[in-house]
Amino acid sequence: MIDTLIDITLMIFLAVTAFAIIRIRSLFVAIMLFSIFSLHSAGLFVVMDAADVAFTEAAVGAGISTVLMLVTMALTRTEKEKWSTHHAPLPLIVVLITGAVLVYGTYDIPAFGDPGSPAQVHVAPRYLEQSMGEVGVPNIVTAVLASYRGYDTFGEVTVIFTAGVGVLLLLSGRNNRYKRDRDASSGHLRGNSDET
Amino acid sequence: MKHNLILRLIAKYLFPIIALFAFYVQFHGDYGPGGGFQAGVILSVGFIFYAMVFGLKTVEQAVPMSLLRVLASMGVLIYGGTGVASMLMGGNFLDYDLLSQDPVSGQHLGILLVEAGVGITVSSVTLMIFYAFAGRDMPADGEGQ
Amino acid sequence: MIDVIIGHYNYWIVIVLMMAGFYTVISRGNLIKKIVGLNIFQTSVFLLYISIGYVSDGTAPIIAEGFTRYSNPLPHVLILTAIVVGVATTALGLALVIRIKEAYGTIEEDDIHNQDESL
Repeated sequence: MIDTLIDITLMIFLAVTAFAIIRIRSLFVAIMLFSIFSLHSAGLFVVMDAADVAFTEAAVGAGISTVLMLVTMALTRTEKEKWSTHHAPLPLIVVLITGAVLVYGTYDIPAFGDPGSPAQVHVAPRYLEQSMGEVGVPNIVTAVLASYRGYDTFGEVTVIFTAGVGVLLLLSGRNNRYKRDRDASSGHLRGNSDET
Repeated sequence: MKHNLILRLIAKYLFPIIALFAFYVQFHGDYGPGGGFQAGVILSVGFIFYAMVFGLKTVEQAVPMSLLRVLASMGVLIYGGTGVASMLMGGNFLDYDLLSQDPVSGQHLGILLVEAGVGITVSSVTLMIFYAFAGRDMPADGEGQ
Repeated sequence: MIDVIIGHYNYWIVIVLMMAGFYTVISRGNLIKKIVGLNIFQTSVFLLYISIGYVSDGTAPIIAEGFTRYSNPLPHVLILTAIVVGVATTALGLALVIRIKEAYGTIEEDDIHNQDESL
C-alpha cells in the first residue's frame, strides 16, 4: 500500500516536471528541471526494485548529462529559447493521436506486478535458479550482464568508446576558428571550411 | 570558483571519498548493486567536480588528455583480450569457464576482468568528453543572444 | 474496470511522460530544448520497461537469505545498456549543437533554416 502511494506520488512529480520543462523558456531552468526529473525517476526505479538501474540513472542522468548540457549552454551563449509568435496545432494533434494509440495498445500488457505474466516465466527463472550454480555471483544483474549476455556488454563498451572518439573528432580541433572568422567576415554563414 | 572558501574545502575533502566510493562500487558489483558503469561514472564525476571548483588546467596537469586516450582504448582491449584469452584456452569467445581450474572461479575471474575493463573505459571516456567540451574556447563577447 | 485501472495506471502515466518528451522534440525550435525532450522520452521508455519487469512482493535480483521472489533481471540489464548508450548519443548531439552554433551563429531551428534557404 505504501509502495503504491510512493509510486503514484513520484509519477505525479515526474509529470509536473515534464510539463514545466515544456513551458519554461529559460534554458538553465529547463536543464535543472531535467536533472530533477532524472533523480525522481531514479527514486522510482528503487521503488520498483531495480537497484542497479537506479544507481546508473542517478549517476548518469543527474550527473554527466546535466553537466554536459550546462557546458553546451555556456558555450553557445544561449539563455532563453526564442518565443515564437505562432503555435502550430499539428504537433499537438500528432502527439495526442500517438498517445491514444499507445494507450489502446496497453490493454494487452499483463497487469502491473503480475508474477505469472509471460515476461517472468520464459527465461528469467532459469537465470534466477541456476546463476548461483553456474556463475557463483550473488548479484544476478551483474551475472547476466557480464557472463550470460557478455557479448552485448562488449558492444556497449564499444559504443561508448565510439562516442568518445566522435566527440574528439568534433570538438578538439583548433578552437580559435570562431574568433578568427568572426573578425574576418561580418558574421554570415561560413560555408564548409574545415579545420585542417 | 576557487575564491569561494566553502567550495574549495568541500572539493578537497570530498574528492578522495568519491574516488574511494567509486572503487568500492566497482569491486562490490558482484555482491550488491554496482559494477563497471556506475563506478566509472562516479569516478569521472569526482574529477569533474574538482575541475569545476579549481579550474580545468589543475585537473589536466594531474590527468592529461593523452593518458585518457590510452586508458579508454585499454579498457576495450582488456574486455576483448579476456574473450580472446578464453578462445586461446580452447573455448568460445568470452567463455569464462576455461580461465581457471574450475568453472565457477573461472567465471568469477572473467567477470572481474571484464568489469575492470568496462570501468576503465567508461571513466576515461566521460572525463575525455568533459575535457573536449570544457576546453573549447568561449565565443568572443557580443555574439549569441 | 477498476482492476484494469489498478493494473495499468503505471503504463498510462509513463505514456503521458513519453508524449510530453515527444512534444518537446517536435514542437520547440531550440536545439538544446530538443535534446532535453529526447532525454525525457528516453527516461520514460526505461520506466516502461522496468514496470514490465516488476514482480509484486518481490525484491531486487540479488540473491540473499530469506527471499524467494525476485524481480526479473533481464529488463534491468537491457536498460543498463540503454542508459549508457543514451548518454553517448546525448554527448554527440551536444557536440554537434556547439559546432552548429559556431557555423550558423544561432541554435534556433527557424533561423538556421532561413540561413540555408537564403543561400
